[in-house]
Amino acid sequence: MLAELRSRPGHDSLLGNLMRWMLISISLLFLAALLFAPLITVFATALAKGVHAYLAAVDDPNTLAAIKLTLITAAVVVPANTVFGLAAAWCIAKFEFKGKSFFTTLIDLPMAVSPVIAGLVYVLVFGLQGWFGGWLQDHNISIIFALPGIIIATMFVTLPYVARELIPLMQQLGNDEEEAAITLGAGAWLTFFRITLPKVRWGLIYGIILCNARAMGEFGAVSVVSGHIRGLTNTLPLHVEILYREYNTVGAFAVASLLTLLAVVTLVIKTLVERRGYKSR
Amino acid sequence: MAREAVGKGTFSQPSVLPGFGLTFGFTTFFLSAIVLIPLAALVSMAASSNWNAFVHTVLSERALASYRLSFGASAVAASINLVFGFILAWTLVRYDFPGRKFIDALIDLPFALPTAVSGIALTTVFAQTGFLGRYLALAGIKVAYTWIGVTIALTLIGMPFLVRTVQPALAEVQRDLEDAAEILGANRFYIFRRIILPTVLPAMLTGFALAFARGVGEYGSVIFIAGNLPFKTEITPVLIVIRLEEYDYHGAAALGCVMLSISFLGLWAINYLQHWGRRRSTATRR
Repeated sequence: MLAELRSRPGHDSLLGNLMRWMLISISLLFLAALLFAPLITVFATALAKGVHAYLAAVDDPNTLAAIKLTLITAAVVVPANTVFGLAAAWCIAKFEFKGKSFFTTLIDLPMAVSPVIAGLVYVLVFGLQGWFGGWLQDHNISIIFALPGIIIATMFVTLPYVARELIPLMQQLGNDEEEAAITLGAGAWLTFFRITLPKVRWGLIYGIILCNARAMGEFGAVSVVSGHIRGLTNTLPLHVEILYREYNTVGAFAVASLLTLLAVVTLVIKTLVERRGYKSR
Repeated sequence: MAREAVGKGTFSQPSVLPGFGLTFGFTTFFLSAIVLIPLAALVSMAASSNWNAFVHTVLSERALASYRLSFGASAVAASINLVFGFILAWTLVRYDFPGRKFIDALIDLPFALPTAVSGIALTTVFAQTGFLGRYLALAGIKVAYTWIGVTIALTLIGMPFLVRTVQPALAEVQRDLEDAAEILGANRFYIFRRIILPTVLPAMLTGFALAFARGVGEYGSVIFIAGNLPFKTEITPVLIVIRLEEYDYHGAAALGCVMLSISFLGLWAINYLQHWGRRRSTATRR
């Protein structure tokens, strides 16, 4: 399409070119102010006091604990939501049932809801005054202000990510291969692992990395359920907040740079998957 | 040997494929446990407070000020994105320039970047001493700790939504129609208004709705740059957190219900717009 654009007659006018450069400049300036400036600031501020200060900030025990907590959360949330996404996509894409579009919209619900609401609902269910609060206290189980709360709040927020990629993909790819396999006598699980999974692998990877990026970066929902106890219930994004509010800018941006690198890696993998021909809807 | 059809007749249509019961059951269970039942707890907590307390919380001066900021800033940010997002999408779809692919990949950065990171980064950039803030300060514009800062943060957050919804729609515009119109004597503005705009309008509105809905609920990227002064620069999610910290569960739940209703409305509007867009594009395809 671009080659066609260049060879179109009559579009090489002065006005056309002027327009072109003006629009490109506006776009780049807009992105520079909104995207590049913050990005550069993260790394510039993190390294402002030199590489040693940067490494000291990252090597700090509280930071390492935050990294560990973030990794554990992602390690639980991402597989759980992947299984959910696969199950949801299977039943939505391969079958017809009443209320299917409503069901599909329900799955999208966490994306429309504020992350603070996501945290709030779990405080209301598991908090001291919540539904299960008394029972939990009697049994000495803590969910809010502890790791389980963080995990479940993150699960709420990232629930749709894998499903949203798989559902349209599976719908688009159709049922023919699976039906052929079943009629030839293959079992359900064999069909799933040998036929369906390979068909959807790029969409699956795409959904997983987006789910992971969101799970590791979630702030609002975790902020509400976590209690912010340094070293215990602090994820990386929360740790960034604490350091920033203490005016430890180098520390805050050093930790932020780790998260930024994660985002960049996510984008790189995303671009690679798209090069393989997968296009998100 | 063909399997027996898994027929449930009334609820789901019979199919050769197995696994409906298992997957539907698991999906429903997971969805209910993680999403639906906790949301029901929110509604029930709000409903269990008496009506006067509910109205008092939801319509208090402070809450109204926070709605004005949350909705107002989101609307302004989504409008800014409507213009600049369109320009960005146009530039990416129709022009080629060095680094185009790189820029295209970067559009998704606000989507992948943790909100806390963009929050502190934007605050540092737009503070009075910041890289961009100092030039704006010379012009007398204060950005950090004002509603302008909130709007800028929401503009960053909403940008990918608009660009990514408008890009495919722009790519779909039929160039032969444009050429025909041009040959028949239409000027560029007419072509834009009558051919390009109608094709991308549903996508633009969908992107606007997505950016707006996301902006209203946004927390992490806003709280650093906002300043969070009650009645002045406090967004609704912050007010909810404050109510929670005061153990005012009923109040928090009441405000939560307001936000939840807006989310439902937004979801419905987005679905409707996407459906409208799909109908339009299939209608124009020959």
